[in-house]
Amino acid sequence: MGGGVLYQAFIYLAAAVVMVPIAKKLGLGSVLGYLLAGVAIGPFGLHLLGSEGQDVMHFAEFGVVMMLFIVGLELRPALLWRLRAPILGLGGLQVLLTTVVLAGAAAAFGLPSKMAVAIGLTLSMSSTAIVLQTLNEKQLLKSDGGQSAFAVLLFQDIAVIPILAVFPLLATAGHAAGDSHAAATLLDGLPSWAQPLAVLAAVVLVVGGSRFLVRPIFRAIAQTRLREIFVAAALLLIIGIALLMGQVGLSPALGTFLAGVVLADSEYRHELESDIDPFKGLLLGLFFLAVGATIDFGLIVSRPLLIAGLVAGIVIAKFAVLWGLGRAFGLSRDQGSLLAFSLPQVGEFAFVLFSYGIPLGVFTAAVASPLVAAVALSMAITPLLIVLNERVVQPRLCAREPKDERKADTIDEHAAVLIAGFGSFGSTVGRLLRANGVATTVLDLDADRVELLRRLGLKVYYGDASRYDLLLAAGAEKARLLVIALDSAEKTLQLVHTVKTHFPQITIMARAFDWEDAHDLTEAGVGHVYSQSLDTSLRVGVDALHYLGFRAYHSHRSARQFLRHDLESLRELTADRKVSQARYLTAARKRIEDLERLLEADRADRGADADMGWDAETLREDVRGMTR
Amino acid sequence: MSFPLLYRQDGTGVQVDRKNPSETPGDRHRATLPSTSTQIRRRPILDPMARILILFAHPALEKSRVHRRLIARIPQLPGLTFQDLYEAYPTFDIDVEREQALLESHDVIVLQHPFFWYSTPAILKQWQDLVLEHGWAYGSKGTALRGKRLFNLLTAGGREPGYHRDGHNGHTVRELLAPIEQTVRLCNMQYLPPYVIFGTHWMAEPDIDAVADRYQALLMALHSDRVNYDQVAGLQTLNPVVDAVIEEGAR
Repeated sequence: MGGGVLYQAFIYLAAAVVMVPIAKKLGLGSVLGYLLAGVAIGPFGLHLLGSEGQDVMHFAEFGVVMMLFIVGLELRPALLWRLRAPILGLGGLQVLLTTVVLAGAAAAFGLPSKMAVAIGLTLSMSSTAIVLQTLNEKQLLKSDGGQSAFAVLLFQDIAVIPILAVFPLLATAGHAAGDSHAAATLLDGLPSWAQPLAVLAAVVLVVGGSRFLVRPIFRAIAQTRLREIFVAAALLLIIGIALLMGQVGLSPALGTFLAGVVLADSEYRHELESDIDPFKGLLLGLFFLAVGATIDFGLIVSRPLLIAGLVAGIVIAKFAVLWGLGRAFGLSRDQGSLLAFSLPQVGEFAFVLFSYGIPLGVFTAAVASPLVAAVALSMAITPLLIVLNERVVQPRLCAREPKDERKADTIDEHAAVLIAGFGSFGSTVGRLLRANGVATTVLDLDADRVELLRRLGLKVYYGDASRYDLLLAAGAEKARLLVIALDSAEKTLQLVHTVKTHFPQITIMARAFDWEDAHDLTEAGVGHVYSQSLDTSLRVGVDALHYLGFRAYHSHRSARQFLRHDLESLRELTADRKVSQARYLTAARKRIEDLERLLEADRADRGADADMGWDAETLREDVRGMTR
Repeated sequence: MSFPLLYRQDGTGVQVDRKNPSETPGDRHRATLPSTSTQIRRRPILDPMARILILFAHPALEKSRVHRRLIARIPQLPGLTFQDLYEAYPTFDIDVEREQALLESHDVIVLQHPFFWYSTPAILKQWQDLVLEHGWAYGSKGTALRGKRLFNLLTAGGREPGYHRDGHNGHTVRELLAPIEQTVRLCNMQYLPPYVIFGTHWMAEPDIDAVADRYQALLMALHSDRVNYDQVAGLQTLNPVVDAVIEEGAR
């Protein structure tokens, strides 16, 4: 396809802009959206792109390098040190066991043993790009399962280096191993004893440089107050490290990861993160697009059973190993399942290893090309597997576990009160209810919190509370009350609509973040709307009045009176809103207008004294008049 | 901007003193009245001093003319404690343990309040309901209050003649306070007739000053045990006894 860079950029961006929001809306995540977009524009879709997908992919792999830099930035050295057991143990065993199983299978199909080992090693890799992006997007990276997946991926990143080193030894065809060496590095010119020293020196340079050189340099750059130069410096740092690592034959991703970890404690952490993040996002997106575009549908169509069998065999074998390891390393069932469902695909390193191994004579093209197709497909189904885990498997696991542990004190199957969101707001409500012996069922999206609450014996369902199936599983059909304490106004409204449609018998009590929300919720038919900071701010007001010398009782009464007045104002405002909506005010303009109305209403109300009963003035005048 | 009146120890209703906002009514109290914790102390056996607890209830002291002036005249005496219930419990969450401890460490309990609908302001009822627990204040094991004395010190807008069988209120103040009298008896305490400041609706500033003088004199007399409790049992009010004590002091 002609048209040059701009044309290509247009195609890629258009595909992404169309497909990613659709996939996201369907709850499939952005990665699957990019993959589908790639398929759509690729040679087997609309044929807007030719074979350049392969080249684009190599370029876009740099997104992975940036991603690991950002991952490193979020991972302080102390945390990394704490992960050493899962990295070495879980990661090491995953690579070892998967290699043994898959190599055994390859050998059983009659492939030479050396090639079988090479295939096992290659297929044991998982996709850092897809998995980290997906887990991050679903906020699962901080959970036990997510951390384990990360540890395994990190080990694989490290393991690529020795694998690349042993590949020449695995060449079966034995032809011309030295000639077609893919990457010529600095090391080639060095004597063999100096090579490990050079590698070590490079690592020391990255770590030491990040620690002692980068900070003063960034400080100097920050003082120029030229933001684009700071961005340029950040990119320069990453590209420089990537080049250096390439020169000594180490993974660039590993190098930038190390630099990220070292800089995690620095004051420029957040700036670096926000500067690199858009580049990372776009490059990763491009990478996924390229993966989608390079899936060889010709091969899949001509030998569908072989490819399907390969994908199924590989994924099932890797899944089984991960599942077993998860249990062996003490992960709970749901976290183990997250690990196993996250990592059973084969990763982008496999493309590298295949393309590196074929000229070496490690693989024959006839063996490699169906495997490459299978790898691409396995990557494509990963987001689907994670969705499957989230929607089908997790709810089952979550529903089962609490029942096993506590049969005794559950009188009926489901509590009459559901609480959606168990952050500080929801948990306060829940604790008060529990303190009064009211059983509650909690719906929450924070995997760690779910884990903790379940250990404490609470009935907790993991997942997006606005989903019909989750609500059903949590017993919404029999529930009397739903307390919504979700973190976003959008989700709250979504949940309200789901409940109003499917479970109309439930009374909803919802937290509102501001007037706008309160108004939306009232319009959506929620009778009990609570502005989240109203009570707290009134308490501050009470204390302020008391501090200034007002009587405590007067301060309290006037706050309660104010609360009534405020709720009344909200009702009036909601009614007025319908009128002002016609004027298409901007949200900000509307807020100012709301505030203005409120202040006016406050002033009008101040003259009225609610405590007439305690005021003897009129009575005094009355009785004195009578006797006169 | 107008702020509600605040009460002050000097009895003048003033607006918030914004020059010195850190000074609160609480501070003013602390300035003239030692805090409760320093008040409570053991009574030496031979000391004639009576420990007095004033349980004060006025929901809108900032509007009061008389009580504000009365409490400004509370003398600083060892063993005299002033407990402002509406200020201490604006949400009606009464600290039962603390209130019981206060009762236990005093000899004479004064319920000081305006006469609202022939009774006390609401918080005093809440106080009775929560503090006078079975097994502590009454019942076969409830002996914590045995032998203590209690009376109401109240202000009434109407004048004295209205509070008689043939007056327009139809009863004496003591009769109207029958529930409290019986409560006190059930709690093994000695009930004293109420000290009533009648006719506050008709009082001008000098009248209030006079009333405040007598109030202070009454507290001093109670404190130094100069009240002859044997004479009071049959009286409708404590007022004549106070008159006598004051005359005695003047002589």
